[in-house]
Amino acid sequence: MTLQDSHNGQMKGDSTPFEGSKTRFIPSKAPEYATDLEGDLLEVSMGPHHPSTHGVFRMNVVLDGETIVKLKPYFGYLHRNHEKIAESNSYLSAIPYTDRLDYICGLTNNWSYVVAMEKLLGLQVPERAEYLRVIVGELTRLFNHACLAGFLLQDMGASGTPLMYAFREREYILDLFESLTGSRMMCNYMRFGGVRCDAPAGWIEQAKSVVSKFPKFLEEFEALITGNEIVRSRTQGVGVLSKELAINAGITGPMLRACGVDYDLRKVDKYSIYDRFQFRVPLGEHGDTFDRYMIRILEMHETLKILEAALRDIPAGPIIDPKAKLRNIRPKVGEAYGRTEVPKGELGFYVISNGGATPYRFRIRPPSLINLTILEDLCVGHPIQDVVLILGSVDIVLGEVDR
Amino acid sequence: MLGLGIIQGLIETGRNFVGSYFKPERLTTVQYPEERAKSFEASRTIPMLVYDGEDPNKGLRCTACTICEQECPPKCIYIVKDTVKKPDYLGKMQMQPKIFDIDISVCMGCGICAEVCPFESIKMDQVFELSTNDRFGSLLLHKHQLAKSNSYFNKICPTQAAEIDANRAADVHKAELKAKADAEAKAKAAAAATTNAAAGVAAAAAATVAAPKPAPAPAAAAPVSKPASAPVQQAKPTPSTPASPTPSADKKP
Repeated sequence: MTLQDSHNGQMKGDSTPFEGSKTRFIPSKAPEYATDLEGDLLEVSMGPHHPSTHGVFRMNVVLDGETIVKLKPYFGYLHRNHEKIAESNSYLSAIPYTDRLDYICGLTNNWSYVVAMEKLLGLQVPERAEYLRVIVGELTRLFNHACLAGFLLQDMGASGTPLMYAFREREYILDLFESLTGSRMMCNYMRFGGVRCDAPAGWIEQAKSVVSKFPKFLEEFEALITGNEIVRSRTQGVGVLSKELAINAGITGPMLRACGVDYDLRKVDKYSIYDRFQFRVPLGEHGDTFDRYMIRILEMHETLKILEAALRDIPAGPIIDPKAKLRNIRPKVGEAYGRTEVPKGELGFYVISNGGATPYRFRIRPPSLINLTILEDLCVGHPIQDVVLILGSVDIVLGEVDR
Repeated sequence: MLGLGIIQGLIETGRNFVGSYFKPERLTTVQYPEERAKSFEASRTIPMLVYDGEDPNKGLRCTACTICEQECPPKCIYIVKDTVKKPDYLGKMQMQPKIFDIDISVCMGCGICAEVCPFESIKMDQVFELSTNDRFGSLLLHKHQLAKSNSYFNKICPTQAAEIDANRAADVHKAELKAKADAEAKAKAAAAATTNAAAGVAAAAAATVAAPKPAPAPAAAAPVSKPASAPVQQAKPTPSTPASPTPSADKKP
């Protein structure tokens, strides 16, 4: 595992390989006796109410003994017709529905949609609103990654402890969100051309203190998990994703970067004000479950750098474009695709307007769904207990997969 | 050494376990039925209808404009306009809702209704113990259940409510000044009209010989209209001077 500076391909200062890579546990081959016995293949339906499938998600798994031969994912249990609802409602009414896509990180979903609409409407976002967006977006990334690491350990059998530690930290950030936006998870905060409300008095200082306490938690968390031999032996070499397959399948986000592909929309698109912050993009080497876990931990460290800078530099000023309207939005005939780097990958919104009060077409590119498509390639050849682990490392939220 | 990582992790767990007895910041949850987590001013759960004064029917700010009904994303608001109008806080006759229902089993608490309401009527409440035994009836809230007094709104959202109250007080003040100016203008106009009429009568009496009838009419009308329009134009800028210090004064807290 190395830290690589994005987009010039050069290694920088402290690009020491992660110490874990020296002591890798490569799983041994399947025991000999397994091949001696000849038996029928067993088809098992995992889910939709399996506790470790992160929602209502079903996999049909064909097993040879304990080893996966075939795996077929079924989804759609949580389909809520989001795209059609958005097409029959006004442009504003689609914002609260985007909160419910990936319900862990509602704010980054808001952001993606308003980026698409700002392209369509030609709005300019004021400076302070951009900073507020970056702050809430990066806070979301912080607790999403912390929770993911907790869930991964939960799937591994470490029931509760790491997850509850992660949730404790998340609680502080959710309190910040509630005092800013009014809701812990369904924030409904971004508006076309800015944000809904300004930070209340003392909010920035409170956010600063939360951010300043986070590195201590990360240290604690890493001491708890990263060095653990059981975690290493369960995750290293499990569910290896090759660079070629990842690129061909359209994988984005931490999962792609764990394979060593340098692709982060914050660096590629430089949307919002991300060109002002000094941060680096951690890249993995092996593309296995351990790298996917480690990428998230390293990304949290980089996110803290962005947050510190943003909370220090946030200017005063207006929070919404004066041209922006709340109601009766009728964009010119045209189309726009807005995308941002959400914690799970590239979330894109494609909106077509025919000049009316409702979108003519509203399409979402969900990162969870597309990252899930290669599940079979990751799982085949591994024992069934690793399937749960690999699924956990993909980081899916079924609200976004099924929409 | 194999196993060192596990020992390190166990030390961490132990420290957290023991620490939770001594450090209150390690405990983020509260013992729910005995104590309740405090809400923030921005917190929101379900919508409510704010009314002024004591009587929820008389003081209801809602004018049944149905903007919230149109903008509600899950369409959980149902409004029927009343045929009888009632005066609002400025004394202007406004529509009022006969039926105003919100189905809170459908409401997603997004707060868009409160955001688009131009009359500061629909606001977000902070109640969260909303469970009922009945699945349908008691989750459909009617107008009298949704109506909450302005003093309650002041209690849950002090900053926002104070701002709204100050704006409304400024509006009332403006309206009073305008009414006063209008009354003065009217009185002046009436006085002018009587003097003019008297003059006109005298003139008419003096020139009864062969004057054409339409000639005195515009001459009489001109002095009437002039004093009437002049005080109104003067009155218009005057409300801005007493009204402007009020919003700046309440921004300070």
